[in-house]
Amino acid sequence: MTEKPAMATLPPPDVTVTDMTKRFGALVALDAVSVHFESGTFHALLGENGAGKSTLVKCLMGYYQADEGDISVNGVTQHVTNPRHAHHLGLGMVYQHFTLVPSMTVAENLVLGEEGLSSVINWKEHLEILEAFMQSMPFRLDLNRSVSNLAAGEKQKLEILKQLHLGSRFLILDEPTSVLTPDEADQILGLMRQLTDENRISVVMITHKLREVEAYANEVTVLRHGRLAGQGYVKDLTHADLIRMMIGNEKISKPAVRTKASRREIALEIRNLVVGNDKGLTAVSDASLQVKEGEIVGIAGVSGNGQTELVEALSGQRDEESGDIFVRGEKYGKTRSEMRDFGINMLPEDPLNNSCVREMSVAENLAIRIFDQPPTTYAGCLINRGAVRRHGRDLIERFRIKTQGPDARIETLSGGNVQRTVLARELAGDVEVLIVQNPCFGLDLNAVAEIRNRIMEARNGGATILLISEDLDEILELADRIIVMFEGHFVFETSRDKADVHEIGRHMASHI
Amino acid sequence: MFGSTFNNGLEAVVINAAALILTLAGFGVFVALFGHNPLDVFYILYLGAFATQLSIENTLTQSAPLMLTALCTAIPARAGLLVIGGEGALVVGGVATVLVGVHLGHLPPWAGVLIMGLAGSIAGGLWIGAAGALRQYRGVNETIATLLMNYIAIAIMSHLVSGPIRDFDQVLKTSSWSIPESLMVSTVPGLDVHWGLAVGVATCVILYVIMRQTTFGFGVDILGGNPRAAQMAGLPINRMVLVCCFIGGAGAGLAGTMEIIAVHGFASESLVVGFGYAGILIAFLARQNPAAIIIVAILVGGISASGGLMQRRFDLPDATAAVLQGMLFVMVLASNTAYGRFKIFQLKAN
Ligand SMILES: Nc1ncnc2c1ncn2[C@@H]1O[C@H](COP(=O)(O)OP(=O)(O)OP(=O)(O)O)[C@@H](O)[C@H]1O
Ligand SMILES: [Mg+2]
Repeated sequence: MTEKPAMATLPPPDVTVTDMTKRFGALVALDAVSVHFESGTFHALLGENGAGKSTLVKCLMGYYQADEGDISVNGVTQHVTNPRHAHHLGLGMVYQHFTLVPSMTVAENLVLGEEGLSSVINWKEHLEILEAFMQSMPFRLDLNRSVSNLAAGEKQKLEILKQLHLGSRFLILDEPTSVLTPDEADQILGLMRQLTDENRISVVMITHKLREVEAYANEVTVLRHGRLAGQGYVKDLTHADLIRMMIGNEKISKPAVRTKASRREIALEIRNLVVGNDKGLTAVSDASLQVKEGEIVGIAGVSGNGQTELVEALSGQRDEESGDIFVRGEKYGKTRSEMRDFGINMLPEDPLNNSCVREMSVAENLAIRIFDQPPTTYAGCLINRGAVRRHGRDLIERFRIKTQGPDARIETLSGGNVQRTVLARELAGDVEVLIVQNPCFGLDLNAVAEIRNRIMEARNGGATILLISEDLDEILELADRIIVMFEGHFVFETSRDKADVHEIGRHMASHI
Repeated sequence: MFGSTFNNGLEAVVINAAALILTLAGFGVFVALFGHNPLDVFYILYLGAFATQLSIENTLTQSAPLMLTALCTAIPARAGLLVIGGEGALVVGGVATVLVGVHLGHLPPWAGVLIMGLAGSIAGGLWIGAAGALRQYRGVNETIATLLMNYIAIAIMSHLVSGPIRDFDQVLKTSSWSIPESLMVSTVPGLDVHWGLAVGVATCVILYVIMRQTTFGFGVDILGGNPRAAQMAGLPINRMVLVCCFIGGAGAGLAGTMEIIAVHGFASESLVVGFGYAGILIAFLARQNPAAIIIVAILVGGISASGGLMQRRFDLPDATAAVLQGMLFVMVLASNTAYGRFKIFQLKAN
């Protein structure tokens, strides 16, 4: 293997997109969009769900072929036909989901993507090269650690390091911070900004968080309905400007008011729950919890502290090792009839993989909760596909899901619209018990406000809600009671009135 | 999933057609190596499979059991299982048919045939259902289990026909007692093809409707598409898997019944001729769609029917028809990765 110049002295790629148009059938996902991603800048890409952000960068990376328009890299027009080609041009992308191999070490993961890797790896030589590479980076990871032991923030760093190691000097990040705590996000974005300021790389970041744009980006491009809605230097733009470019004259809905709850029966109870994880270790230890009607209990915590396993145990995706779950005083067996009778609804994280069927249409996915009941059935056991489609169309309208129609496959929807679809399915019916994990992941500003309102309205209507979120602001806004989860334990509990951000933050970070 | 939209259906047709053409091209090279003109060979294939009434009847006769054994892979596959136990389930169904049938001589034929059909399908269903249960409750890989169970089924039959139920009057070939002559079924009116064809077509059509039009079928599609979504929806996954395995096994068991009551009259090694394995190929070619299985089974039946003619006419090795089937199987499996690659099929009018 020849050693790559870890960071050559040439300036990072300067990329221009001219009049790019991308159609999916009748839908115009990108409509004559032009952007100049200047060498050595941190460029933010903003826009509401389905605006075309991911489509734009996928065209850049050669995952999609644009129907019209040009891409030029360092002034030379390029037809980027596949990701490998983009890679040769120095373009690399970090995805929203991790692509690392968990059972391997940091070093092995870094080496994995190398091209022209010889079939026999000289590890000693390789480790020296990697060590030298790490030394040249502003953030480092221990090369010998196993990826499965890394926290989310560290994994994200490794994804970025991997791209840099492979020689990408134009880095595209699609919603990189959704899996990170605000602190981790600040740290990573700060480092990226440092690298761009040193003119070592160019960065394009897709995000919904204006705060991150204002703090770290030099330039911003806003898309709306596939068109360019605004562009400029961040220093010239105010917060209000950014919002206006993103949503036009639409109003962001006001937060719903919290009403006083009347009925106060305990509807959901967890008693001494113990749940293991995939590695056979204890992920949730001896957790007990009661949630009343008309109450939102928020479970705060850094991701990876057992929240996922807790939600899986509640949703039927994982068997608990011991302990019990009760709904309205009865032991909950996670059967379909119980879910229906008790009005239990659920939004797990990563909805596309956890609660959707990719190959099915939007309407079919929307029917997963109700397909075996009239009006989508007749004669008891036959399914009425017309009614499934009508039901889908109705929800698509009510929840303003952006799709080509009820028959489009769900995997063709934008990230935020998949989330909306599952929310629509879970919130549309009779909601009595609601378990939601990170409900606003990947949603745009307006959608966040709208979804939080719907959750609050459900609570005001007497629903029992367990909200598991890595976004502390969300918990502080919605929860009546806050519990902190750390290493599988509920380590701290406070009521809404007495909640103190710093105290909660301390418990999230460690046992005290 | 099913090609639920027109475009998906079209995509499947185009991709399978391409796989078929590539297979023929590869097979052409194969026969060319033996010094024959591929076009002549293809012509003989066509002659043997579809050119005359006789060859069509021959093809249909071959395809009848294939339709039923294909279901043994297709139905469990819709729930996300890879079952390859059609061969064993057919044998078990055939043996059960004989065991029951020999006692039914006093019954009117329709009742006897009905009971034998039930016996065959229940035996086959329980056979594959057991593999489903092992998977759901014991974590045993269903593919390995059903593969091994094929050998077990064949061994059980060999044991039975060579001793406990052997008909010692048959000296040419080790075989079991025969079912009463009165219970043998004849041919479909107007065609020299036995009733197995009608049974196969009807079963495929009924299962198409069940998988496509019932809430059960919809639930199975959810389970097969994403088991985590099925768990979250609270679907009775164990029960659904068992039912799918039972249905699939029952299909292959019924194939065993038909082979007994329409062809052989007794159980013997001639039940083990690879119908089960060809069924796997057909299920994949048909993308687990029971209606498509009918057509694909006829196509593959044609290869089997004309295989003998081709081998004899060109003096090709005995395995030639099997080579053609194998090539087709590999091509189809490989072509499965092509789905979603061609953007023309992603375009959808609104
Ligand atoms: N493969 C595809 N087939 C059909 N339509 C698609 C496909 N990919 C994207 N689309 C459509 O293109 C539009 C833009 O999608 P895109 O993923 O670019 O949005 P986005 O700006 O990234 O939104 P989000 O913030 O929700 O991730 C959406 O309406 C989406 O449904
Ligand atoms: Mg996106």
